[in-house]
Amino acid sequence: MTEIRLPSSLDGIEPVQSVRTPIRMEYTFTPGVAAQTYLRAFGNKKILGNVSPVDGAILVPPRGADPRHGVLCEEFVEMSHTGHVGSYCVTNVPIPGRDLDLPYISAWIFLDGADIGFLNLVAECPPEKCRIGMRVEAVWKPDEEIGMTAENILYWRPTGEPDIPFEAAGVRGWHARKAGGENA
Amino acid sequence: MHERQAGKMRKVAIVAAASRQEEIMLDTEVEMMIPLISEVRNKVGLDQSELGFTCSGSSDFLAGQAFSFVMTLDAVGPVPPIVESHVEMDGAWAFYETWVKFQMGVIDTAIVYSYGKPSPGSLQDVLSTQLDPYYVAPLWPDAHSVAALQARLLLEDGVVTSDQLADCAIRTGTVDNREEYFSQPIIADPLRQADCPTYADGGVAMILASEGKAEELCDRPAWITGIDHRIDSHHFGVRDLTAVPSVRLAAQKAGVHDGPIDVTELHAAYTTHDLLLRKEMGLPEIPDIPQGSYPIKADTLMASGLLRIAEAARSIWGGDANRVLAHATAGPVLQQNLVCVLEGGDN
Amino acid sequence: MESNERLSAPLVLEYPFTRTTGPVIGAFFTGLREKIVLGIKRQDGTVLVPPTEYDPETSETLTEMVEVGQVGQITTWTWVQEPRDQSPWDAPHALAMIKLEGADTPLLHAVLVDSPESLEVGMNVRIKWREETEGHIKDIEGFIPVEETND
Repeated sequence: MTEIRLPSSLDGIEPVQSVRTPIRMEYTFTPGVAAQTYLRAFGNKKILGNVSPVDGAILVPPRGADPRHGVLCEEFVEMSHTGHVGSYCVTNVPIPGRDLDLPYISAWIFLDGADIGFLNLVAECPPEKCRIGMRVEAVWKPDEEIGMTAENILYWRPTGEPDIPFEAAGVRGWHARKAGGENA
Repeated sequence: MHERQAGKMRKVAIVAAASRQEEIMLDTEVEMMIPLISEVRNKVGLDQSELGFTCSGSSDFLAGQAFSFVMTLDAVGPVPPIVESHVEMDGAWAFYETWVKFQMGVIDTAIVYSYGKPSPGSLQDVLSTQLDPYYVAPLWPDAHSVAALQARLLLEDGVVTSDQLADCAIRTGTVDNREEYFSQPIIADPLRQADCPTYADGGVAMILASEGKAEELCDRPAWITGIDHRIDSHHFGVRDLTAVPSVRLAAQKAGVHDGPIDVTELHAAYTTHDLLLRKEMGLPEIPDIPQGSYPIKADTLMASGLLRIAEAARSIWGGDANRVLAHATAGPVLQQNLVCVLEGGDN
Repeated sequence: MESNERLSAPLVLEYPFTRTTGPVIGAFFTGLREKIVLGIKRQDGTVLVPPTEYDPETSETLTEMVEVGQVGQITTWTWVQEPRDQSPWDAPHALAMIKLEGADTPLLHAVLVDSPESLEVGMNVRIKWREETEGHIKDIEGFIPVEETND
């Protein structure tokens, strides 16, 4: 490294080697058109999905677009509050800022009739009992705490109904249906 | 065509463009861009799988989200997988990257887009974070103040006069007359409200095509006959803020002076910038034909520059002009500049 | 909530950056901590303040750091009537480019005066140091007009 020549006034002085330059930016975040519709319904304990105008695929939660085709999705459909686990993960380390009992289960929840899943918690289920294809239902917050927020559903718990077959669970089901449709 | 590009360069043209700006938009970036991207693809009758390259420009800090451009690709429909790139710059630089891709000879068509939605956050804070992180950004100077430091130098050195600023404000439509200009409040001494930009949410999308293809897609393609971008130092103290060597050089390299310019589309968010850019590029202070729109009235960070190129192309398509200049800038006080010449092909 | 009212939620992004300085910027900040200002000499003998490891125009490596004065001239200024939340200054103040004695380039900082009326290009100002310095550009609290100082 090139030697820097300093004035003698800094002889023997401990050099500064780093500097703190924190930044903070504040936003007033607004959901888009589809997310507003979704959140208003969610505040009334209704779960909406978007229907793709291309092939009728049902996308939950709705984002106003079918991202595969780059087209707007303007049709909404009300979903059931039951579904199945498409895939899951058991976590044994805490997340900073979230007060979750360990271990906890995160899962891709596929609502009945939905073609894609979303990430949520599964509880009232020992981790070793969780499995792909397990049927689950929403556990909502008490009615007085429900608002227009993604936090309305506390977690999903097993219904005890028979599992969805592995081959039909999660996106496997979607891909299987598509393949069937193409062959038909 | 300019000597640097003569003979060796592929001819590339803009064949379609769509844009939208509003002061505050409810739509997400995806919801905003889908209609624009669909519109340009429909205009030329190509779907995504028929486009050789997709390139975009946007800012994560503006969106408040890391890798925010990935989500906006939902508006394109990247299935099956597409050839894609992104710049954390105004879309004009995505346009340049795309032009280079054409020169590599690997594509015949492309889509370029960019967008910015400053309304949910503080644009002034976002712009502060682009400054030198050791010496300047910790002081959080806002963009108007930085522009004002330059404006005072321009006025003190006699590069511009306050009457010229007033006339520029009238020309760009922020005020109707000098009396109104001089009664405007000073918001960053010496700049008045009418000298400074109003910000807007918005986006722009366009389709490019090479010679042979462009003529099939558009009656009068806007051919890119010169393009160049240059950068000045980001150290305020090192730059002479009364001059913009980068835009002077970019204009020269883009061949601006090889023929008459019918329309100039300048990315000037301040009156001072409009006057300084004209002076540096040797353009008349009062153009014969007005711009299609003025960033000072609706400036969309990350899209204003690409919108200038779109407006320039529109003046070619409309037949009003045959040789036009589009300019884009990025960074504080005209630090980086891109100059592009478009021609309609009349002799 | 009315159905036509737009939903919104606060979002705050914070990045607690600690940047390494390298030898030149580090020396400049060391100087500030000791309440002196350092510049760096270019090939032509001119002095860059604030200093960089390289000549920003020619990219030559620069190595010779020198102390410059604490009094300088305003080369340009503007007035900030309502500082934003992020600003280090709560009160109205000027932002200015100030060329210190012995420096050939100006640096950006605040001039702490009560109103813009007293400001002009060419005016002499001097550094007002913070009582506690840590090696940061904000060790300089701002600049104040020379004639107002009594020491």
